Amino acid sequence: MDLQWMAWTTPTALFFIGIAIMLAGMTVWEVVSPTAEAKGFLPMRTTRGDRLFIGLLGSAFIHLGWLAATTVSLWGALAVSLVWTAFVIRFG
Amino acid sequence: MSKAATASAAHALAPGALASPANIRRSSSRVSGKTVILIGYIVFLMLPIYWMVNMSFKTNEEILSGLTLYPHAPTLRNYVIIFTDPSWYSGYINSIYYVTLNTIISLTAALPAAYAFSRYRFIGDKHVFFWLLTNKMAPPAVFLLPFFQLYQTVGLFDTHIAVALAHCLFNVPLAVWILEGFMSGVPREIDEMAYIDGYSFPRFFTTVFMPMIRAGIGVTAFFCFMFSWVELLLARTLTSVDAKPIAATMTRTVSASGMDWGLLAAAGVLTILPGALVIWFVRNYIAKGFALGRV
Amino acid sequence: MDKVQDNRAWFLIIPVFLIVAFSAVLPLMTVVNYSVQEIFGPGQTFFVGTEWFESVLADDRLHDALVRQIIYSLAVLAIEIPFGILIALGMPGGRSARTSLTLVLLALPLLIPFNVVGTIWQIFGRGDIGLLGATFRAIGIDYNYTNNSAHAWMTVLVMDVWHWTSLVALLCYAGLQSIPPAFYQAAKIDGASKWAVFRYIQLPKMRGVLIIAVLLRFMDSFMIYTEPFVLTGGGPGNSTTFLSQYLTQMAVGQFDIGRAAAFSIIYFLIVLLFSFVFYTIITKTGEGEKK
Repeated sequence: MDLQWMAWTTPTALFFIGIAIMLAGMTVWEVVSPTAEAKGFLPMRTTRGDRLFIGLLGSAFIHLGWLAATTVSLWGALAVSLVWTAFVIRFG
Repeated sequence: MSKAATASAAHALAPGALASPANIRRSSSRVSGKTVILIGYIVFLMLPIYWMVNMSFKTNEEILSGLTLYPHAPTLRNYVIIFTDPSWYSGYINSIYYVTLNTIISLTAALPAAYAFSRYRFIGDKHVFFWLLTNKMAPPAVFLLPFFQLYQTVGLFDTHIAVALAHCLFNVPLAVWILEGFMSGVPREIDEMAYIDGYSFPRFFTTVFMPMIRAGIGVTAFFCFMFSWVELLLARTLTSVDAKPIAATMTRTVSASGMDWGLLAAAGVLTILPGALVIWFVRNYIAKGFALGRV
Repeated sequence: MDKVQDNRAWFLIIPVFLIVAFSAVLPLMTVVNYSVQEIFGPGQTFFVGTEWFESVLADDRLHDALVRQIIYSLAVLAIEIPFGILIALGMPGGRSARTSLTLVLLALPLLIPFNVVGTIWQIFGRGDIGLLGATFRAIGIDYNYTNNSAHAWMTVLVMDVWHWTSLVALLCYAGLQSIPPAFYQAAKIDGASKWAVFRYIQLPKMRGVLIIAVLLRFMDSFMIYTEPFVLTGGGPGNSTTFLSQYLTQMAVGQFDIGRAAAFSIIYFLIVLLFSFVFYTIITKTGEGEKK
């Protein structure tokens, strides 16, 4: 099948490969040591997967906010997002 | 099996079998304010529909010459045009075709999946379930462009199966959601007893389990029909001639031929009929169905 | 309801997974790809980075559409939820012909194709041929939804109430039907007022279905497209141009694909955020009831 209509670019391909690796990694981690629901600073009990999702969704909005507010390089938003995601996964 | 029969009977009786607050209030034997509101609301619902039906039996001269509350010179001209012109009636056939196709695909795929969600825990179950639901909540406008490109690439553009598959985007998740609600109402013991009796999974599922949740299956089919029937944006984008739905025929013909109000109204009336028919069949399960089996 | 841990259940999910992946994941990936490129035609694309996102985020018309959308969705909720509850309370119970008829009549608007809903109100509201429009003129209001923004906006809102309040009413009705009669008898013996019955018996029983109702009505009104498109075409001016309408204009009308794709992603993220919050509330409420 011809994939030209999807108009792939290197950055977006890397982005999706990254997501795929993350999902695969979470699955392996889950098989090796099953998660337990825990209560952190978030208002409800969450599993590891929930916290990763919240981290990623938050990161998307951090990037959008960064684009809207500043003209500084987007790498800054990426750094903030990584800190945020790590924080949510560890303490959420 | 008697246990199963009782369970399904209880299930079928649930809507409407219990005394409602309205029954108790009626004992005070006067028309309550709430009944007045209900009747007023039904009048509000029916007036615009009546107006369209009324208009569909009028000639255009009568429509444009002034308001008449009922057709003074009733005519079937508008309906005759629709039933004799292939570009009109093929629209209905196309719509019914892809809606049926979509309902069958959605139900077939969703039944086993809903069973899995209602009976088992497995890796990523909650996340997959949520992922499915997000597709029901995604604005169809977002998918417009890529759908157009995708179906053109795989050579399905302007076919019924293309629309049926595109509508699976929101109907499959919905079907899984509703069926899961109904299936969770069936006690696990029934599954276990059947396995002890030596049923294989496919045989148990089709001969014991599916008959027990037939109300749920009916309600799900109704919802798939409904959401596929009322959707226009995707259906219009993915078709041009061969599979064009009636809804699209209406918008295009109207803009092309000026304003033939009578014809437009008649076409509108005919799109309401299949829905009205389907509601009549599931009327006893509507309430529970609208709660997605979760009451 | 204890579920059994068994990863083989995945096999039952495969068909659904494949279908939804085909119709959701592939298109979504494509939208992401489009959003970082300028698209002139098949094969004629070049990478522009985050330019589209910046232009969309700074687009005043988009901000207006978003504000309009949020006000509209809130208005829909504020009217349809209380009104739906009120109607559900007045509905007859039991399994009689009257109940069936009421249910069928209430459900009827839900089964009408979206564009026909627009057509019905178009015919109903016009000043020259419509009953509503003519009535307004007869009592001296110069009602015209095609060139008066306020009238257009109100008509779209009334049309939505007409179209969807039944959904809320039917959901609440299902919740009310699940209350055992003994509850009402007990309340009667205690001499509870109607308000007390509503507040302490009926409302708590409707809580679950009400959350579903709020979720469905919020999401669907947030994506509304076809009905206002048919009725007003987004006008007069931009007064009834909501998010989907604006997106479709951009993608189909102006063929501005990259920008429309960036817009789609932002739109999708907003919906995803709301869905997640609502979904979490729904599932956590369910757990609370079981315990």
